[in-house]
Formats: sequence, structure tokens, C-alpha cells
Amino acid sequence: MLEQNVVKQRRDKVSLNAFALLFSEIIQYSQNRVLGIQDLESKLGEVGYRVGMRVFELAMWREKTVHRETRVLNTLVFINTVVWRMLFDKQADSLERSTESDDEYMITDNEPSILKFISVPKEMSSFSPGAFISGVVEAIVECCQCPARVTSHVVPADGMPLRTVILLKFNKDVMEREQRLEAGR
Amino acid sequence: MAKQYRNIGEDVWKNKVEKVNAELFIFTYGSLVVQLVKDYEDYQAVNKQLDKLGYNIGVRLIDDVLSRTSLDKCKDMRETAEVISKVGFRMFLNIAPSVSAWSTDSKEFSLILDDNPLNDFCELPPRAVQDGLWYSNVPMVGLQVKVEFVRDVLRGDDVSEIRVRLEKMLDEEVPVGDD
Repeated sequence: MLEQNVVKQRRDKVSLNAFALLFSEIIQYSQNRVLGIQDLESKLGEVGYRVGMRVFELAMWREKTVHRETRVLNTLVFINTVVWRMLFDKQADSLERSTESDDEYMITDNEPSILKFISVPKEMSSFSPGAFISGVVEAIVECCQCPARVTSHVVPADGMPLRTVILLKFNKDVMEREQRLEAGR
Repeated sequence: MAKQYRNIGEDVWKNKVEKVNAELFIFTYGSLVVQLVKDYEDYQAVNKQLDKLGYNIGVRLIDDVLSRTSLDKCKDMRETAEVISKVGFRMFLNIAPSVSAWSTDSKEFSLILDDNPLNDFCELPPRAVQDGLWYSNVPMVGLQVKVEFVRDVLRGDDVSEIRVRLEKMLDEEVPVGDD
């Protein structure tokens, strides 16, 4: 099995339903083992985290033009473009810096395809199934030596009920390092 | 007959299903298995849980198959086998396992998976027991069957094999409150 060639993608697609059903089972399974919504989100994050680590390794192995990023902005762009394209066949819809604080960034996906069939019940309205995606992102920023606290939020907009914002708050030491690097230029 | 189902499967796969990156699916499945192993710390229990999850998925998958095709109810096991391999698996995972090794009374057959996508990027630790995964597709035609993995590449076999055995025919039941 280890001899498997991973440079080229071996198979292209499986049906979205396959993923949706699997994902729904993961949510249900997790839900039975947690006490609250936060717990549930962190559980999903954990699942996503393991996915993220592997996706990162694979991206590094395959993409000849990118190297392992260590700067915050480069890392974000890498996620926004390369990772998103790998996972969802498109780029994320926007990448912004928070206006309130310097260490916060937001990646927005207007229509995350993998969350398409999920409807969150009213009594759980604060639950964001995008926690899975934020887990993926968290793993990747960590692999890039820019650890951050990553959360996901559903921010519906016109005609986009599932619009999901991934919020990254980088650790203090990361921001300090950024400043030093910036100053040393 | 087999060809007709192959065409149906192809058609549905090409035109009627939305798709998602296979690697995302594979990694996510792997991550789920890791979670289960962590939670239960016992491979037998993990198998059982995977069975359950697979069953739940299977039940919904059948609805999906029926709603996207205009298939009639399967008349016998042979037809069932063809539909599962050529339509079900194709629609879901884009593979078509071959059907073989019928028992003489036509109540038992095997699905041979030369290439199981869920095995990609996967290697089992020597002690681990591979899952009895994808307990799916079962109630499709009102048959009660026993489905199990008998061979698996990850355990050193050359192919993965799923054995399906018919236990009894279920009578058509009208759901309560349904005229």
C-alpha cells in the first residue's frame, strides 16, 4: 500500500451525496457523545484537523511551484487558493483582514458545497457545521508554523444561507515574529 | 442485463450527481475511523459502529438510487447484485465491483472490489482488524441479507471481497398510517 503513487491524483471524484451522508453520520455520531454545541464543534474540528494535516502534506508533495510558507499572509493566500481548489474545486470567495484587530483574518466561502444538505435546527442555531472546515484550516496554519485559533461562523447573506466565515486569530508570538521579520527587511 | 445496468449507472454518474473531491472524502473517512478507534479502543466495537454508520448511509443511499433512476423493484438476487454493483457503487463511489462466486442456490454472491477508494492512503497497523465497512444497500429490495467483508487488500489479500447472503425474503409491509 505504501508504494502507492500519490503524486498524481488517482481518482477524481466521488458523489457529493456520498460525502454528505458520511458527514451527516459523523455529526450524528459526535452529537451523541458531547454535551453542548461547543463540544460538538470542537469534535468536528478534531476530525477536520486530521484531514487538514494530510491535505497539507499532499499539497506540498504535489505542487511544484509552492514551498512551505511561514509568513502569515502567504499562508493565508495558500489556503485561500491552493487548498480550497484542492478540496472544493474553487477558490474561497474572499480573504479579508479584520478591521478591528490586526491578528484576525477571515476566509469566506459563500456556498460551501460540502455543507449543502445540512439544515441546522432552530434550537441549535449557534451551531456552525463549518467547524469541520475550520479544523482543516487550523491544521494547515499550524503546519505552516503560524498557529492560530480558528473558528467558523455561519453568516447568511442574500440567497446564500450557508455563507460561512472562517475566522483566524493568530497567536501572539506569531504576530510578534511577523513584526520582527517586517522590521528586519 | 448487466449491460443495461452499466449504462444506467454511467448515465446517472455522468449527468445526475453532484461530485466532490475524492481525496477529501477519503481523508474524512479515515479521520472518522481514527476517531472511532480513539473513542472505543477496541477494534471489534469500532467494526460494529462502522457497520451501523454504513447501514444508516445505505438506507438513505437506496432512496437516492431510486429517486435518480427509474428502476423497478428487483425480481431476484441476480438482479439485485447487478444493481448494487453497477448502479449503486457507481453512483456513490464511482467504482463498479464485479459480481461473482454465486452459490448453487443463487442465494449467495460476492462483490469483488479490485480498487476500494476507501483504502487509498491507508495502511493498517499490524494489530488492527479492518472494518466491516459499508454495510450498505441492504434493505433495497426487501431482502434480509447478511453482508460481510471476507477479504481485504489492507490485510494482505489481493482483492477486497464483500460476501452477500440472502437470509429471508421480507414481506412487503405497508407503513403504519399509510393507505
